[in-house]
Amino acid sequence: MRKESKDAAYWKANIRLIGISLVIWALVSFGFGILLRPMLSGIAVGGTDLGFWFAQQGSILVFLALIFFYAWRMNKLDAQHGVNEE
Amino acid sequence: MDQFTVNLIFVGASFALYIGIAIWARAGSTSDFYAAGRGVHPVTNGMATAADWMSAASFISMAGLIAFTGYDNSTFLMGWTGGYVLLALLLAPYLRKFGKFTVSEFIGDRFYSQTARMVAVICLIVASTTYVIGQMTGVGVAFGRFLEVDNTTGLLIGACVVFAYAVFGGMKGVTYTQVAQYCVLIMAYTIPAIFISLQLTGNPIPALGLFGEHQASGEPLLAKLDQIVTELGFNAYTAHHGDTLNMVLFTLSLMIGTAGLPHVIMRFFTVPRVADARWSAGWTLVFIALLYLTAPAVGAMARLNITELMWPNGTNGEAVSVEQIANAPEYDWMATWEQTGLLGWEDKNGDGRIQYYNDADADMQQVAAERGWEGNELTNFNRDILVLANPEIANLPGWVIGLVAAGGLAAALSTAAGLLLAISSAVSHDLIKGAINPGISEKGELMSARVAMAVAIAVATYLGLNPPGFAAQTVALAFGIAAASIFPALMMGIFSTRINNSGAVAGMLAGLLVTVIYIFLHKGWFFIPDTNTFTDADPLLGPIKSTSFGAVGAMINFITAYVVAGMTKEPPEEIQDMVESIRVPRGAGAAAADH
Repeated sequence: MRKESKDAAYWKANIRLIGISLVIWALVSFGFGILLRPMLSGIAVGGTDLGFWFAQQGSILVFLALIFFYAWRMNKLDAQHGVNEE
Repeated sequence: MDQFTVNLIFVGASFALYIGIAIWARAGSTSDFYAAGRGVHPVTNGMATAADWMSAASFISMAGLIAFTGYDNSTFLMGWTGGYVLLALLLAPYLRKFGKFTVSEFIGDRFYSQTARMVAVICLIVASTTYVIGQMTGVGVAFGRFLEVDNTTGLLIGACVVFAYAVFGGMKGVTYTQVAQYCVLIMAYTIPAIFISLQLTGNPIPALGLFGEHQASGEPLLAKLDQIVTELGFNAYTAHHGDTLNMVLFTLSLMIGTAGLPHVIMRFFTVPRVADARWSAGWTLVFIALLYLTAPAVGAMARLNITELMWPNGTNGEAVSVEQIANAPEYDWMATWEQTGLLGWEDKNGDGRIQYYNDADADMQQVAAERGWEGNELTNFNRDILVLANPEIANLPGWVIGLVAAGGLAAALSTAAGLLLAISSAVSHDLIKGAINPGISEKGELMSARVAMAVAIAVATYLGLNPPGFAAQTVALAFGIAAASIFPALMMGIFSTRINNSGAVAGMLAGLLVTVIYIFLHKGWFFIPDTNTFTDADPLLGPIKSTSFGAVGAMINFITAYVVAGMTKEPPEEIQDMVESIRVPRGAGAAAADH
């Protein structure tokens, strides 16, 4: 039984991390790139505004950072909860 | 040496390279074929996956759609990269832990139902076939230009080459061939972009040049572009014009669809460890991002170049003359592309000049009346030719043009062949052997695989002649179908222990049917032209175009599954235990082939 509750804590931590990551994922693409673009229109970037940059480049860079952050964090979580392979 | 010979050398040399590597790294047996990803570094695996995934839609079509629409088509950029976040966080590590090789196997086992497996197979076949239609559009454009024939002839020749390529093993699963394809593809995409960025902005990195200064005018490049296109009555490049809800749903469809496409997901089943599945998704996106960060620069810079070529004396001066187009070397590309039937111009008012402007714009109609114009005279500019024509438009050296031809063909052929293999194995292995006739001989299975492949390519070629959209738009429909059918089933299979066989089957069927019917209502039944009731200019449901409907279909899938599962018996104990076990990496052995 002890092992199961340990797995449950691991899964809970994972869900929390996924939640945070997906909030950022949605914020940079649907948020800054589309819905919140009018709010960012005051910030000029190379002949246009920040929202345009997020839609065409910024969101992609954030996606990259998110995947590597998640992989790094999860590999640490695996070790902490003793659920890693090997 | 003429351009045709140069193209031939580049295309021939690149194919010789792929075949050479395939022979050198010849995998001996079926399990070697499946295990090709194992023992391969995540970086190498990421590169191979990127080559596998980036198709005619990404390479040939996408920048053209961005060029002629501007900001609104950023959806393709966000959608086709954002899906990798979902893949890395929600699917890849768990499917790796599950340890089988195909998506339909996972769905069949997790939902302990042969029916669920069959429904998943049908979803895969429908999505993959639609995907191939989009690839064939790109193949037609690339072969038409490369062989200097019209688009239809190019498509028919291309179809034969794709079929041969797929039948002779497709060189699929040989990771190092794909690595070579990636290198050819990315060089072909970025080298012309670097040249053009240097010409226009002085910055060797196109992604930075896009936000840099237009050297000829001293203004920011995008401000200059906005100015000249609005002067011709077109929408400002950087401004938002379309419907916001549709834009959000379209982006979401592409994202979910990316995470639901079987040939991408499969790559993550075979990495050595669960941790590698997480890293691999990241590396794949790194290699995809190299193209995707360059694409918006390619689009914007090409639009600027084309507009300036059509208005060599500025938008307030005189337009380019018919004589210039016929004689000046920088207009040679127009004659070359006219042969394909994908580019056309016509001196409607007989003034010896070709006026390119937006004749649907009220202000421009007034200007046109004053200046004696009788409509836009650049009558046809197919979006799918932009990337392939781009080096010629920018007057780059012949070897760059040859390289782009090789890259475009690599992108279209490898993905088309891979999809045909996936369709044929789904039909012969999963449908016929798995359900209809389990006692079929190995020879019979192979025969049915070939027949399925021939049928799929015939259908795709026929529909590719009158495609439901430009390559990337057709591919977007395939993503919508995958988003509505496969992704929700996979996600619920991992994140909910409560979804049972009936829920999953009902959800997949509801998502698939509603989405496919919505698409057929707008694009024609089975994509046959002129059988549609609605158009995407005036969709059935408010602003929601058929290309964006995948996200709605996915919601329908989730809701149906939860409601049906809630009303029926919960999954047996051992299935719930299995779900618990795939959530933790511990004890993930080598993936096992079910063959």
